[in-house]
Amino acid sequence: MRAYTPKDDVQAKAYYTDRYYVAPQVPKSEVDTDEVFASDLEAIKAKFEVKEAFIQVEQMVVYINAHDIYGVLELMRDELEYTQLSELSAIDWLAKDNTFEIFYQMLSMKKRKRIRIKYFIQNGQAVDSVEKLFRSADWSEREMYDMFGIEANGHPFMKRILMPYDWQGHPLLKTYPLQGDEFASWYEVDKIYGKEAREEIGPEIRDTARVDRYDSQRFARLGFEVPKGTEITGEEERNVDSYQEEEGVFMIKKLNKETSKIVDDPQR
Amino acid sequence: MAQIKNRLTPFFENITFDRDDNELILNFGPQHPSAHGQLRLMLHLQQEMIVKAHPDIGYLHRGMEKMAENMIYNEFMPTTDRMDYIASSSNNYGFALAVEKLIGLEVPRRAKVIRMMLLEINRLMSHLFWLATTALDIGAMTVFLFAFREREYLMDIIEGYCGARLTHAAIRIGGVPLDIQDTFIAQLKDFLDKLPQNIKDYEDLLDTNRIWLMRMEEVGVIPTDMALSWGCTGPMLRASGVAWDIRKEEPYELYDEVEFNVPYSDKCDNFARYRIYMEEMRESAKILYQTIDMYNECVEKGETELMAHAPKYVSAPKLDIMTQNYSLMQHFVLVTQGMRPPVGEVYVATESPKGELGYFINSQGGPYPYRLKLRAPSFWHTGILTDLLPGHYIPDVVSIIGTTNIVFGEVDR
Repeated sequence: MRAYTPKDDVQAKAYYTDRYYVAPQVPKSEVDTDEVFASDLEAIKAKFEVKEAFIQVEQMVVYINAHDIYGVLELMRDELEYTQLSELSAIDWLAKDNTFEIFYQMLSMKKRKRIRIKYFIQNGQAVDSVEKLFRSADWSEREMYDMFGIEANGHPFMKRILMPYDWQGHPLLKTYPLQGDEFASWYEVDKIYGKEAREEIGPEIRDTARVDRYDSQRFARLGFEVPKGTEITGEEERNVDSYQEEEGVFMIKKLNKETSKIVDDPQR
Repeated sequence: MAQIKNRLTPFFENITFDRDDNELILNFGPQHPSAHGQLRLMLHLQQEMIVKAHPDIGYLHRGMEKMAENMIYNEFMPTTDRMDYIASSSNNYGFALAVEKLIGLEVPRRAKVIRMMLLEINRLMSHLFWLATTALDIGAMTVFLFAFREREYLMDIIEGYCGARLTHAAIRIGGVPLDIQDTFIAQLKDFLDKLPQNIKDYEDLLDTNRIWLMRMEEVGVIPTDMALSWGCTGPMLRASGVAWDIRKEEPYELYDEVEFNVPYSDKCDNFARYRIYMEEMRESAKILYQTIDMYNECVEKGETELMAHAPKYVSAPKLDIMTQNYSLMQHFVLVTQGMRPPVGEVYVATESPKGELGYFINSQGGPYPYRLKLRAPSFWHTGILTDLLPGHYIPDVVSIIGTTNIVFGEVDR
């Protein structure tokens, strides 16, 4: 029987992990070790529920409820001087507990501080768009939808941004293989030539490490090279390589005129 | 042959239009030479004026974030080159710094100095490239030739250092792989000494050039609010009246030890952006002079270390690997399995020539990042075209795209 491979996370895995290995943690510190962050957190806590907050690598991370996001960002922009939304995206935890973690990376230029607002949503749940607050969310939310399939309520133009509009599947999900799925490998053939041309053309090859031993033009027939265009039977004799170095390099002392060939066609 | 006078007279008798207005939809790109790569713009036009713009991206999408999730950390380094390929060391550096912060590595001083040299050379290369291409778009061919000549010198220096001209991969997690070559400083000084005159040459050609001014002044005005709201960073933000430079405000490496100014402008238009690029080149030159002194100090003090000493994450020096059994074993594990940073998250922003280049890494303690988000400045500088272009005319599109300095390797990732 073939070994069972989980289908909910098909990304690369470490092939060996010491059974006694315990991964260390990036240190977290309490929020009150930093005055600015502490007062910001108080301001957020006064109006909204904060589930967890800590400082990690010089930045505060605040976990809130999903439905509070618009209010929290509005408060941060208007009262706490966090005037820029640098980044917004999701982390796929579907394999673990069927949730997505959404993060909003905020920057205050006056305070020189960065805060990351985070919350969890269930698979299939939509988020509230913050495009009205920060125009930069317009494209980020579209990218998040494109990559994870998470829709943003109230977004003016919820369409794919990087992938084609008629694409199927969301590439950054852990269930989506690196080389693309069935749809991806036939996408261009189906679109340009139609499904009936599938057999003639074949699927798109997305594996860069793939070696076709009958392809004489892509270094795949090392040792069995044949001139371009020759029909390959698979029974070619091995070309024995000999190197000039074996006979010494600096000046050629022996030249075997019988085996060497003078090229007569410069266009060969 | 007799002239057919009515040949070009169109007749519309058989044509009915869906809409009864003068709006024309123009498809600009993705193969347009002034679209700086693979930008497609759908422009709704009333006569020559744009009333609606819809930038369409994704023609260079390679899925770098996906690739990162399937690569060990060191393996991903050359891939970062392909983001902003005009200044690839700055991408390498952003990634290296993010991983170093995640691990908590301290990089040796000499490596820091070399990194700063590389970063500033990259900034100069990028700004020169920007000047060249934008000037070419607007029709100033001479400036293009001049700026590319200078960029060539810098590429030669970089080539001498790491062997590559465009995709450097010159920075490693934990330091730099090599010391600078013997001719590096002499070549660099040579270049820097000539640079002020070169910049003056460009300015003489452009600053009072009537055509240049007409295409630049009062065109593409980005008010401060709009720039902040759209997440603009770098020269785009500084030209809109916010003096924000991450090198100054949240200093990394040794930027707190060098002296330089942050040029900014409250004009908010294309011309302001052009002035900022020119001033930043001067500031970069200033920083480079200082790094040369810092490097010489390191040499005098005998600081020779180039990579951090952290056996769990960084391979030992080659000499140790070749002579000591344990170093060889660790090197083997780091190459085949990859380093395993601690469990945690980090977002690190650096000032790349284009703006804020951020790396968000979520590590679950494995040799592959669980999630890596690339925050590339050009992505938002492309997005802002949606709001910026309406009200402008078609020729302005070219100069606005030029001054936003977008690179599509970075926009699409």
